[in-house]
Amino acid sequence: MAWYDRLLAVDRRWIYLILAVAVVIPAIWTMHIPVSLSSEVENVFERVSGIQDGKIMFLAIDYDPSTMAELSPMAEAILRQVFRQNGRVVLSSLSQFGPAMTDEIMTRIAGEMGKVSGEDYVFLGYKPYPAITILAMGTDFRVPFPTDYYGDRVDDHPMMAGVHNFDDVEFVLSLAGGNAADMWIVYGNAKYGVPLALGVTGVMATDYYPYLQSGQLFGLLPGIKGAAEYEQLNESPGDGLRGIPYQTTSHAVVLVFIVLTNIAFFAKRSAQRKHGMQAGLS
Amino acid sequence: MDPTSAWGMVWRGIAALITLAIFSFLWRDNPVYKFIERLWVGVVTGYWTMLLYYTSFTDKVRVPIFEEGQWWYIFPSLLGVLMWFRLSKKYGYVSRYALAFYIGISTGVFIPLTIKTSILYQVQGTIRAIDPTWTGIMFGIAFLGILCSLSYFFFSKEHTGVLGVSSKIGIYTLMIGFGAGFGLTVMGRVALLVQRVIFLRDYGIDLLGGGL
Amino acid sequence: MKRQLPIILVFICGITMVIQFFVPHEYSEDLFQYANDFVIVIGILALPVGIYSLMTQTVRKARREPKERLYSLATIAGFLVMIIAGSRREWFTGATSLSSNMFNYVLVPAQATLFSMLAFYIASAAYRAFRARTLLAALLLLTAFVVMLRMIPLPEPLSTWNNDVVRWILEVPNMAAKRAIIIGVGLGAVTYSIKIVLGIERSYMGGD
Repeated sequence: MAWYDRLLAVDRRWIYLILAVAVVIPAIWTMHIPVSLSSEVENVFERVSGIQDGKIMFLAIDYDPSTMAELSPMAEAILRQVFRQNGRVVLSSLSQFGPAMTDEIMTRIAGEMGKVSGEDYVFLGYKPYPAITILAMGTDFRVPFPTDYYGDRVDDHPMMAGVHNFDDVEFVLSLAGGNAADMWIVYGNAKYGVPLALGVTGVMATDYYPYLQSGQLFGLLPGIKGAAEYEQLNESPGDGLRGIPYQTTSHAVVLVFIVLTNIAFFAKRSAQRKHGMQAGLS
Repeated sequence: MDPTSAWGMVWRGIAALITLAIFSFLWRDNPVYKFIERLWVGVVTGYWTMLLYYTSFTDKVRVPIFEEGQWWYIFPSLLGVLMWFRLSKKYGYVSRYALAFYIGISTGVFIPLTIKTSILYQVQGTIRAIDPTWTGIMFGIAFLGILCSLSYFFFSKEHTGVLGVSSKIGIYTLMIGFGAGFGLTVMGRVALLVQRVIFLRDYGIDLLGGGL
Repeated sequence: MKRQLPIILVFICGITMVIQFFVPHEYSEDLFQYANDFVIVIGILALPVGIYSLMTQTVRKARREPKERLYSLATIAGFLVMIIAGSRREWFTGATSLSSNMFNYVLVPAQATLFSMLAFYIASAAYRAFRARTLLAALLLLTAFVVMLRMIPLPEPLSTWNNDVVRWILEVPNMAAKRAIIIGVGLGAVTYSIKIVLGIERSYMGGD
């Protein structure tokens, strides 16, 4: 068997093993990798910086455990920033496994920073069917959410006095791991004109650049790099920046894979051509 | 719960075992993986059932009708109950009446908003005056790319002549788009794996460092 | 009645909601709010059908298929534990309750790990399928390569160049490709929806 054939027919488990080793390396050796900043992340950071002294933003935590690795660092960094600035936040969670995660993050950070439910934040909770829920929230948050996640009436929270719909918050930021992002664009932005930014997974990120260019979104946090950039701007290193060295080593491995497999592929093709020519001559 | 307390370590230990059990599938399919996967299905369904009960059924059906006397909630509730006829072979058609309300209302809302979002705003973002600056030139290239990509999806005429050239440029543009998507997909997928590795590492450190 | 009435209902509701969109009157807004509430309640009561279906199938499997019994019992056990653990609201939302612990230490790691395996599959795909066989494949490969290179710390000025190229890729050709797809999908979705409202598309009703 020629070297290129051996290389092209490598068992998938060797590939898995090499990737696993690449991901484990930064867990043993600490590395610092610089992160370049992008304007779409800076725009989100600037808008969140304006949520000061009682101003309210709407944070939609629309992801579940399958995408939390990319989106939870964004949620943590944003909540810390808003609370540090004495801003307030209304939260909802339109992914079916999001509410318990939102509750965990929210109560942990609020506890650390001495913030109180009902005064500094209100977690509305979950309703199925994101499109319909967003539309209903546009008329009044109380239509889909007469009570919050914990069963308390929304009207009983002092923070919600005079806060009825998207007109009463500065903007909406949805951290979405699925189609809730599209729902916010169609039913939040197009219907009610609410200023909107998204934090999305790496897989989804490229799909939202047209909305950014058309002005339907004022900012975008694309995947773990977006989270890392945000943490860098916020000067609060977290899981985003912590994850970058792991990304570097695993990307290096994938790039080497691509180069190797293509070298082997072209070597095989050229050998086959040579062989074909010789066969033709004889 | 303090994650380094005795109970915290026990629960994290369970989570670590679940993580390793699922990773065992990478070697090959096995009963442990299958067991955990099916357990997860049960937990997920149970969690969602209770979530729906508290955050949806209680809020929108039980409390409004039985505690607040908002009798008009009975109508949509009855329609919702009609959906259960889907389970019957004989009376399955009854569920269509409820479905008709749901589909009619949601489709009626969807049509104008999708025209606005996916067509009008996108066309508005595409058509602009092209000035002789770097941004203007890039805008011109993007405009050409959009037009050519759209022509690739136009199947009412054979892709020859001008349409052939534009659809060819279109497919090149689409390939660049998909390539960028693949690049960021690798980042996304790796991030998920990294989180599990960091979890296992932190648990290992706490365990060896005397968390118990 | 079995097929005609649903079609008429879809038509009336659909047309009413389309007209409502263009009428910014108080009554119109009230109608919109009520319709939303209406749909939420219908949807909420429809969801137990799926849960019931899944659980009856699992129970049937546990009874009839000895090989699957253990796995089906795992599903049933997981389901019952979550129902019992969350049978009171303060248990369901409590930070240290059994329900929360099951969520945080069983559901979360299981789901996160299931999806994290995609990293291995995509690495394998990059190795096995990512080959420059044609010009189109080469273009896709090259773009992905340049975008991935952004995560590698390169010496200056290579790093800046690479970042600039990735920015350009995302904002110009990628934006163009994705916008064309959005417009195409949008046109298709609107056409399909109009067919539903007009009663031409009826597959949502199922057979019979």
